[in-house]
Amino acid sequence: MDQKLSLTINGKAIEASPGQTILEVARENGIHIPTLCYYKGTTNVGACRVCVVEVENARSLVASCCMPISHGMVVMTNTERVLTARKLVVELLWSSGDHNCLQCEKNGNCELQDLVYELGIEKPGFEIAPLEYSIEDTNSMIQRDLNKCILCGRCVRVCNEIQVHEVLDFSMRGSRAKVGPAFDESYIDSNCVFCGSCVDACPVGALTFKQARFKGRPWEIEKVHTTCPYCGVGCQMDLNVADGKVIKVTTDREYGRPNQGMLCSKGRFGMDFIDSPDRLKTPLIRKNGELQEASWEETYDYVAKKLASIRKKSGPDSIAGLSSARVTNEENYLFQKFMRAVIGTNNVDHCARL
Amino acid sequence: MTNSIEEIEFSDAILAIGTNTTENHPVIGSCVKRAIRQHGAKLIVIDPRKIGLVDYADIWLRPKPGTNVAILSGLMNVIIEEGLYAKEYVAERTEGFEAMKEALAKYTPEFVSEITGVAAEDIRTAARLYAEAKSASILYAMGVTQHSHGTDNVKSCANLAMLCGNVGIEGGGVNPLRGQNNVQGACDMGALPNVLPAYQQVANDEARAKFERAWSASLPAKPGLTIIEIMDAAHRGDIKGLYIMGENPMISDPDLTHVEAALKNLDLLIVQDIFLTETGGLADVVLPSACFAEKDGTFTNTERRVQRVRKAVDAPGGAKADWQIISELSTKMGYAMSYASAEAIMDEINAVTPSYAGITYGRIEKEGLQWPCPNAEHPGTKYLHRDKFSRGLGLFTAIEYRPPEEVPDEEYPFFLTTGRVLYHFHTATMTRRSEGLVERCPESLAEVNPKDAEKLGIKDGDFVTVTSRRGSLKVKASVIETPPEGTIFMNFHFGEAAVNLLTNPALDPVGKIPEYKVCAVKVEAA
Repeated sequence: MDQKLSLTINGKAIEASPGQTILEVARENGIHIPTLCYYKGTTNVGACRVCVVEVENARSLVASCCMPISHGMVVMTNTERVLTARKLVVELLWSSGDHNCLQCEKNGNCELQDLVYELGIEKPGFEIAPLEYSIEDTNSMIQRDLNKCILCGRCVRVCNEIQVHEVLDFSMRGSRAKVGPAFDESYIDSNCVFCGSCVDACPVGALTFKQARFKGRPWEIEKVHTTCPYCGVGCQMDLNVADGKVIKVTTDREYGRPNQGMLCSKGRFGMDFIDSPDRLKTPLIRKNGELQEASWEETYDYVAKKLASIRKKSGPDSIAGLSSARVTNEENYLFQKFMRAVIGTNNVDHCARL
Repeated sequence: MTNSIEEIEFSDAILAIGTNTTENHPVIGSCVKRAIRQHGAKLIVIDPRKIGLVDYADIWLRPKPGTNVAILSGLMNVIIEEGLYAKEYVAERTEGFEAMKEALAKYTPEFVSEITGVAAEDIRTAARLYAEAKSASILYAMGVTQHSHGTDNVKSCANLAMLCGNVGIEGGGVNPLRGQNNVQGACDMGALPNVLPAYQQVANDEARAKFERAWSASLPAKPGLTIIEIMDAAHRGDIKGLYIMGENPMISDPDLTHVEAALKNLDLLIVQDIFLTETGGLADVVLPSACFAEKDGTFTNTERRVQRVRKAVDAPGGAKADWQIISELSTKMGYAMSYASAEAIMDEINAVTPSYAGITYGRIEKEGLQWPCPNAEHPGTKYLHRDKFSRGLGLFTAIEYRPPEEVPDEEYPFFLTTGRVLYHFHTATMTRRSEGLVERCPESLAEVNPKDAEKLGIKDGDFVTVTSRRGSLKVKASVIETPPEGTIFMNFHFGEAAVNLLTNPALDPVGKIPEYKVCAVKVEAA
């Protein structure tokens, strides 16, 4: 099992485990091979051919994401032949879609744009009749522009193999091939559960978070790694902040446990409340039957006096506190400390049972 | 959870009972589905409703609401009868087997079938599937706990798992899926009436003395009241002041009419929250707090993993983090709390909470740690009870089935059971303010089986009146196969159709959890 295989990549001698692909071995060893359809943790499909490399004695170029290594293999990742093929693939992709970066949300964070730049392609060299899909913007969460889709299938695989919602798949063939829910339904009419993982997986601007459109470009966004505030799974996620507001939620599969880059609709699209106009902004005290705005100082005075007087008159056990399964450990700790050490009662509970 | 979430994917069998995992813990739902689709795990679903996981199940047992003890006893009866239990494990690691065996003797599949309505042969098949798996994980949630016999349900799950040697191994265990982001942490931190942080008993002199030294205060020895008992005491006038932080009992508690009367009877009601909730509307004082995105801290997830919460944006207006509000109020009342940051509070938690002693912000910067983590070198604990149980030997409990406190009769002929839906969370103060989620689920719906709908003379989308002994409400019906005939399902997210006007506040005698999952109602076309 532990037997290693020897091979060379770009002349560098490397030892690796049987069963690994050329791409995996190259990346482990700091050798760059670009990819588009490859998505870690899902089936390697070799669809885009961007990762082709030259293997000595092979009849043709091979897709490094699919090709397992073998003993004595000699791999070249950047020969003229490889670069020509790679360039052709990218040029065809650029030519066959509406890749206008000016108003694209992915500008600056687009894997196709990166490849065009990396390979130094001046302009698309093919005349291909433009696709004429209408943009799907019938829900407020995910915008779908199939004119930008490069058919890499990452959304299909994340939906079926990672989240296992089994909503997305390919339909039609050849130049009419496309990706979407069954029967060509829109997302909102399908059984999509809006986990948003397809958007995270999309390398281009075909799938974008609708609410975040025009709210901030990739380099203007600060990602803050935090824990989802909904159920007990504790998903790790990034709040994307632009101009002092949370504009969208993304995940980073590198964060690993517990959610390995997965989210659900609540963590993904349940953050509008943060910036809701209904948020409480100032303390309120009931005066003449009405809740009226008050300063913190006045409010603390009022509460402290009232609590002290109830405790004096009826004893500490006439006061109770409900802490919260929604706030932090630090706050729960302080709350029970306050009830026990300051008020002097064990009447403290929270909604664990509800 | 005794196991970790990552282990679920590699269990040989999964028994999901009383958990609508794909809606309430969707990411764990995906782990379950991956276990089945990609690793060939067997799935047993036990639920009265045809939940999402049923489509992935090898076998689905559909017991009548409130009969979990009977069905679990039936499984164990078969496993013992057919000699499928882990004899060595039972002999070496447990006690109380004989008494339990005796109690289980009468729960033959045929007898259990009479109570639950599940075919005897299906009980046998499910029992064999569970017992024959090398590692089997029991997943459960509020469908097991929110009953007047919730503790018996949980102990039955533990009995079943121990019987098959399925506690303390990789991928095998008893795994409650906790419903709120930090319900685990709130319990760990001692926000409970009988325990201090890390479950140190308030009645224990030694434990109390330790905290008295740490806090320089004298502490009460008598355990306090639970949430439902607090409401009852307020109703009687024994509780006069109530400080509520981040809870909304006016939607979440059972028998809301009673809750409202209790809250109105108080001399002082303080509500600290991010919105003016239904409960806040009754308050004498409202304190505006920062939400999770506006403060630092930690949450502890269902697998005991303590993870960071980080400030991303500023709180609106004068709203403050809950820890700042508590500190300032405490200081005003003459007990100084002057923490410079949330991290400074964690330093104090580390010092007084043995299971959290090694969990510092520095160590959880990249990835959280699972308690118990007793010191700064400890790697955290992936699964519990590895070589022995916390108490030494695993204790089997002999349990008798008891029916729910309220079952259908002539006047109230339907079961009502309650829960959440995928797109909303609890009292929905947050999710109903999110455009996309409201788009997906704009209103409360009562699920009615098509056969019942026919009898009631209603169609999908018609309004019905649902009435229990405690209250009545009008709600739109969704005619759907999900609930069994004779059972109505409602979610508790929507204040305008607040299902907790109807629910039964009957409590489990030990856990003091209300019987949200079963009460009797009548349903009429509105």
